[in-house]
Amino acid sequence: MSLLGEDIMTEEGEFVINIGPQHPSTHGVLHLKVWLDGEMIKKVQPHLGYIHRSIEKMSESLSYRNFIYATSRMDYLSAHINNQACALCVEKGLQVEVPPRAQIIRILMAELTRLSSHQLWWGCTGLDLGAVTPFFYAFREREAVLAIMEESCGARLTQNYCVPGGVMYDIHPNFQNRVKDVIKQIKSKFQEYDDILSGNVIFEQRTKGVGYLSPEDAVSFGCTGPTARGSGVSCDVRKWFPYDGYEKVQFKEILETGGDCYARYMVRMAEMKQSVYIIEQLIDHIPEGDFQAKTKAVIKLPKGEFYQRVETARGELGVYIVSDGAASPYRIKYRSPNFSNLSALGHMATGSKIGDLVAIMATIDLVIPDVDR
Amino acid sequence: MTNEEIKSAVTALFPTVTFDETGEFLNILIDSKDLRPLIKALRYNNEFDCDFLFCLTCIDWKTHLTMVYHLLSKKHKHAFVVKAKIADINNPEIETVSDIWQTANFHEREVYDLFGVKFLNHPDLRRIMLDEDWEGHPLRKSYVDENMISI
Amino acid sequence: MSLFLEISFSAMANGLHNWLAGSISNATLVSVTEMAIAGVSLLLFLVPLCFFLGYMERKVAAFMQIRLGPNRVGPKGTLQIVADTVKLLFKEGLTPNASDKFLFNLAPIIVVVTSMLAMAPIAFAKNFQIWDINIGVLYVSAISSLAVIGILMAGWSSYNKYSLLGAMRSGAQIVSYELSVGLSLISIVILTGSLRMSDIVASQADGWWIIKGHIPVIISFVIFLIASTAEINRAPFDLAEAEQELTAGFHTEYSGMKFAMFLLAEYINLFIVSAIAATLFLGGWMPFHLGNWSFFNNVMDYIPGSLWFMGKTFLIIFIIMQFRWTFPRLRVDQLLTLEWKYLLPISMVNVIIVTMMAIFGWHL
Repeated sequence: MSLLGEDIMTEEGEFVINIGPQHPSTHGVLHLKVWLDGEMIKKVQPHLGYIHRSIEKMSESLSYRNFIYATSRMDYLSAHINNQACALCVEKGLQVEVPPRAQIIRILMAELTRLSSHQLWWGCTGLDLGAVTPFFYAFREREAVLAIMEESCGARLTQNYCVPGGVMYDIHPNFQNRVKDVIKQIKSKFQEYDDILSGNVIFEQRTKGVGYLSPEDAVSFGCTGPTARGSGVSCDVRKWFPYDGYEKVQFKEILETGGDCYARYMVRMAEMKQSVYIIEQLIDHIPEGDFQAKTKAVIKLPKGEFYQRVETARGELGVYIVSDGAASPYRIKYRSPNFSNLSALGHMATGSKIGDLVAIMATIDLVIPDVDR
Repeated sequence: MTNEEIKSAVTALFPTVTFDETGEFLNILIDSKDLRPLIKALRYNNEFDCDFLFCLTCIDWKTHLTMVYHLLSKKHKHAFVVKAKIADINNPEIETVSDIWQTANFHEREVYDLFGVKFLNHPDLRRIMLDEDWEGHPLRKSYVDENMISI
Repeated sequence: MSLFLEISFSAMANGLHNWLAGSISNATLVSVTEMAIAGVSLLLFLVPLCFFLGYMERKVAAFMQIRLGPNRVGPKGTLQIVADTVKLLFKEGLTPNASDKFLFNLAPIIVVVTSMLAMAPIAFAKNFQIWDINIGVLYVSAISSLAVIGILMAGWSSYNKYSLLGAMRSGAQIVSYELSVGLSLISIVILTGSLRMSDIVASQADGWWIIKGHIPVIISFVIFLIASTAEINRAPFDLAEAEQELTAGFHTEYSGMKFAMFLLAEYINLFIVSAIAATLFLGGWMPFHLGNWSFFNNVMDYIPGSLWFMGKTFLIIFIIMQFRWTFPRLRVDQLLTLEWKYLLPISMVNVIIVTMMAIFGWHL
């Protein structure tokens, strides 16, 4: 039977479509099984694991210096912050004091990473909602940020700049000047970002009231980062559990109470400004001194358990190391922000339309390698 | 609440639990069979009010498995860890907490997938990362993959 | 000079007719031959047109997106589209196994044919028209709504759920927006009193309707632009294709030349919609005249009518292209809300106002 008939439905008479694993709006290999009633979504079931590399298992056979590099491949858009989390966790175990210079460099790099990640997200959100042009505007500034990364870290995306005890190399002599230039450029473009997307009537209609997540659900689903802050849940690790000297930096934790896609969007837009603000505070005050504390060539953590969390561009990343005193971790668990945020997707999308599903996925800002690990 | 207060409050409710304070967090150690009443108390009692399960995982100690629940209260701003020992390593079973924290749904599926711990009363216990027909549970220390190349 | 060109077009047509009538005795055969000639010349016009529109689209997109656009193949990238076409020609035209093969192959043909049919009554210059049918406007709106059948056919026969969803969206969309398009066309028909394209253009000799007709005609012009953008499935109303939602909507399963035909139809439709807007609202091939400024008017007269027509058409095409690269896509229910709750009531009221304008002669 070649015409569309009964066989396009499931045996239960339901219309099911598979969005992904290759689909333009899943940003990677996410596979969503979607039960539809016309355009209405009855149920969403995420299927994960298409890019599962078992980084946790791999790390069990890597040394404490090496396992950090695998984490760049988790959330590749905030690779530096992932590295930072691992380095901090190892430092916690070793009880090493990180030199102030290294701390400031790490924060600067982390905020630059956050900026570049949010810029990519902004472009992709526009793209997902059908506006192609923002993508190119976002990449204009993002390229400038990545050029700075390349100059100091040697890589644009997977920086691997953090090592236990500090950072791998000192910053490039041009670093400060270039960051200042880029910050000036980015600041002048915020208005353009708002003009091109935030204030658009269609954009507001597409996002306001869409994908509502109540604060209680946000906490229950373990959502963190802008996803939870869009629902008014305070969860910024930089404020709650400051690390690497974030307690000395002034910035606001952005909270929106809408709980919808628009609120999540506004949180990220405001966070970009906060990142710029943090960088502006620190860029002229990088202390002189070592960029790396002295650590042994072969790191062995004492027996015990160490948990370190950081705020990546997507939420709270937790690194949980169980050590048995050997040169490689006994067990590592990455509590990745996207994994928990994704679990709320089904809840948010049920009852909305296919177009809304795309908007919700865009504003959760999913990075699939981080979900699958 | 401070660790001492938590300890006394938990002991008052559950006299059998033991504590371990060597690490960063206060660890509440319990047997897997008694997990659910404790977890429920920690979630719903006002004094604990742990509404945020920020990490759920499992550790394979070769002789037994340990389920690890990292809990945080957004209200009281205290965090501690519940560790449930699963003695039966060949057929590990534990009660689910996915009805208490919805995030546990995915995390328990991950633990089921990679450690083989069976969560009783879990609404949708399927493998999450690996294929449905995958044999074994890769994060177990006893798991051997002959195709794996060690560096 | 323009006069000369236009006369020569009609002289050419007449000469051809006389020559054919002289050499072929059967009158039916004469008109069939004439139609064939018209069809071939239309094709010869359309293919370069679509090449140009494709090139223009990319350049406009690049211009709006701070990038260069095609600039490698040929001078300034002009041959990029030719290269793309060659690529599409050589690609394998896949037909899914479970599809209805007859309908699957028929659908792109129907889409292209309907869009080409709508070219017939368009007046490129004075007396330069394939078919000056007395119900020109009605004909265009009737033919252009046929395209939905091709799209539904494509979506249905592909045996793909995305295609089906896309086709259903497209059906709902075209049927809805057809109403607003029709009503905004009717406002001009009311003012002119004729459905014939040449009459409509002739009625604008002393001023284009968008100037003569005051605000009501401007409103119907805007409604026409919005609704026709929706009718030809272009962003921000490209829900039938909605790449981010339905991968490619109704033409998900098409490849090679069959896919190229959908692309061809899209550009022809874009041209037709813009040409209709130019003809009805901006005076078609009529030059721009300003009151009694005879010198200015004479200068304007020296620009050939076909250039006027093309200039206006491409201006509107440029606007529609800007829509595409500026706005996010609407959601399907918002799309229908926009039509049924806003555009349709507004255009209905507008038609009443225009009617009163025509009766009382309030227009210039």
